[in-house]
Amino acid sequence: LSVPPEIPKEDGRPKWDNKFQYILSCIGFAVGLGNVWRFPYLCQIHGGGAFLIPYFIALLFEGIPLLHLELALGQCLRKGSIGVWNTISPYLRGIGVGSWMVSVLVSLYYNTVLTWVMWYFINSFQEPLPWSVCPLNENRTGLNEECYESTAVNYFWYRKTLNITPDITESGTLQWWLILCLATCWAIVYLCTIRGIETTGKAIYVTAIFPYLVLTIFLIQGLTLPGATDGLAYLFTPNLNTLKNPRVWLDAATQIFFSLSLAFGGLIAFSSYNPPKNDCEKDAVTVAIVNSMTSLYASIPVFSVLGFKATTGYWDCLDRNIISIINEFDLPEESIKRQNYTVWISLLNSSYPEKIAGLKLKSCDLQEFLDQSVSGTGLAFIIFTQAIILMPGSQAWAILFFIMLFCLGLSSMFGNIEGVFTPLLELQIISKSIPKELLSGIICLISFLIALCFTLGSGSYWIDIFDSYAGSLPLLVIAFFEVIGVAYVYKIKRFSKDVEQMTGRKPNLYWQITWRFISPLLLLIVFMAFVTLQIQKAPSYAAWNPKYEAFPMKEEKVYPPWVLAICVLLAVLPCVFIPLVALFPLIKRMWRSKDPSFVSPEVFVCQGDNS
Amino acid sequence: MLRVLLLILFPVAIANAALCKPDAQNAFKVRLSIKTALGDNAYAWDANEEYLFKAMVAFAMRRYSNKSKTQISNVLLCNVTDRVSFWFVVTDSSKNVTTVPGSEVEAAIRMNRNRINSAFLLTEKTLQFLKITSTLSPPVEPSTPVWLIVFGVVLSLIVAGIVFLVVGGIQQRKKKNKESTERENLEEKGEVTVAVENGIPCEALDLKAGHINGVFAADDERFTSL
Repeated sequence: LSVPPEIPKEDGRPKWDNKFQYILSCIGFAVGLGNVWRFPYLCQIHGGGAFLIPYFIALLFEGIPLLHLELALGQCLRKGSIGVWNTISPYLRGIGVGSWMVSVLVSLYYNTVLTWVMWYFINSFQEPLPWSVCPLNENRTGLNEECYESTAVNYFWYRKTLNITPDITESGTLQWWLILCLATCWAIVYLCTIRGIETTGKAIYVTAIFPYLVLTIFLIQGLTLPGATDGLAYLFTPNLNTLKNPRVWLDAATQIFFSLSLAFGGLIAFSSYNPPKNDCEKDAVTVAIVNSMTSLYASIPVFSVLGFKATTGYWDCLDRNIISIINEFDLPEESIKRQNYTVWISLLNSSYPEKIAGLKLKSCDLQEFLDQSVSGTGLAFIIFTQAIILMPGSQAWAILFFIMLFCLGLSSMFGNIEGVFTPLLELQIISKSIPKELLSGIICLISFLIALCFTLGSGSYWIDIFDSYAGSLPLLVIAFFEVIGVAYVYKIKRFSKDVEQMTGRKPNLYWQITWRFISPLLLLIVFMAFVTLQIQKAPSYAAWNPKYEAFPMKEEKVYPPWVLAICVLLAVLPCVFIPLVALFPLIKRMWRSKDPSFVSPEVFVCQGDNS
Repeated sequence: MLRVLLLILFPVAIANAALCKPDAQNAFKVRLSIKTALGDNAYAWDANEEYLFKAMVAFAMRRYSNKSKTQISNVLLCNVTDRVSFWFVVTDSSKNVTTVPGSEVEAAIRMNRNRINSAFLLTEKTLQFLKITSTLSPPVEPSTPVWLIVFGVVLSLIVAGIVFLVVGGIQQRKKKNKESTERENLEEKGEVTVAVENGIPCEALDLKAGHINGVFAADDERFTSL
């Protein structure tokens, strides 16, 4: 199996082996970890099935138009993000630079999340699973205290994996096991992106398709677990009252936006390797719908497993109470079952109330267990791992689950790296004699060295910061300027003609309206709402502090000023490139005092490639 | 004869009853969870099982201290409930109507816990001596952590893949370079030696412009005048 050398077109640009590879790469980029651990959570807290309404509205008016825009731009102008915006107008080159900057920042921390997945994966080959038992303390008289007070799963995540510090200002030391895993992850990324799309195109067949297989297996397994139906009912029961809360609409809009990986520049890079005569409209609709369907499809096994976990938690709670009661009253075993527990309790409470009060029984409520909603890393590394322990054959389930997460994240990493790689290849700074392998190697090496700071004790706090500030706000700004740039600088009429060149039909009224008015307006509203919500309360984080009085609850701490400064820097840095880079042509223009036109000449750029 | 025996045993029985009661000095509570441990194979707790228990405790005492002469009759059980739980106490055979100190009993039981558990087909959790803690055995850990082994396998696969691709890339590049230098060499050679093709000197033909068949070229200015 040898990878053929690049088969260049007349313009020397590599291309996809076939259309399926391209579609799969876009889908793989869009479908990531968020589809599995953020969408089900949002569904749960925002009224179950009712959340789908704002979600699909946002998809229709924000997701699909923006996606089509990016794919058409890349395909028409056949350059990476920086080159594309430079072609549209030298003043707008900053948008491309901003996209590139965001891709760099996100690649740095995203691969560290994959490092955690890899660490759990290589620990899944043991019997028993290391997160199922608490280790003993020093003198072997009992279990380790931190582990005993929280749970074994929490202990393994916070202590054995992250070795987390109680405060973000305490950096702790570099965790050598995480460094090893980080090196491996970057090596895998290098292996797959070594020659750009020639190698990622082959890798994507595995990384994009395998997660669907595993999701199906988990679906079948999940539905057979006890309590699965409770979880699913809880998830999908619509509560239309939540739609009155604007927060729900904001979450739907942001979820669609971030889920489709818009404004990273990766999609532009992917479509730039397409032949010009390609139906980008159909591609955009396909990718967006597949992404949303995947989110829905993934929430079914996730919620089956969560329902199972809630049910077993509820049963455990009941069982513990039952044991306390039969021990206290010396009743025969199995006299109190879960079904007649309430009958017994009321009977005993009426006859021996002091004794019952003395037992300090916990109130067991299935709804309470179901209400414990978690998203993000907590869902995967704490909740799901706990559920896996309870399944028969846990090693196999753990291995499958973590390979699936790894593939989901890796295919998104391809898009991120491509968003970094492609614009660099087009810069004149990088001489043509540097082979692609060397360039990708340098990118991966530098990223690995910078990402080492995420393997410190406080690393996961920093990743949360990067995720909340670098991977959210700048994207909204960049996307807004993208739509404005195309609709009002490049002009929609020209763009429609370009798209008609590529797809063979004029974009219909839906596209015209959304590109011109609805999408920019929607983005503006979302941006304002987002900023307003962020400003309302001082940014805080939840720290894992074993010395906290209410341990195992997490301690709410406020960010110190220097950390806040970094947060603002991360959010502002990519956005500031937009006006900053626009200054250069302005200065040039003032220097030469010529009269270049603000708008590019009336040449249909797409047509130029067909000659 | 019988009346004499009764007269002797009666006070002993009363004394024994006084020794074994809940929360008595040197008495321990035991709790068994037979159904939890054995499910359908659970046995019923009857007088025979009690006899076995007394025997195991006596065995434990004897094993713990060689001097001990504990008999089965020295172990007293009382307050047996349906749970199954009861209190027991070990009387001293040498001294009259006293109980063996709790610390000794505890040490003896702890030393022989495994034997006692397996006699009843139960475990630490299902045969509980409520005041006696046990040292927990550490989990078995292999010399090399398993995850390091898996990590080594994964990393070597990746490195092999990278080396393969990089070397492949270098070879392709060498081949491309060799091909282009060969082509250059051929062109050079063409200019030095007078290669003749179909009677027309090659230098007369404009090689760089592609394949031009001089016979059919209509452009007279291409050829040197004959």
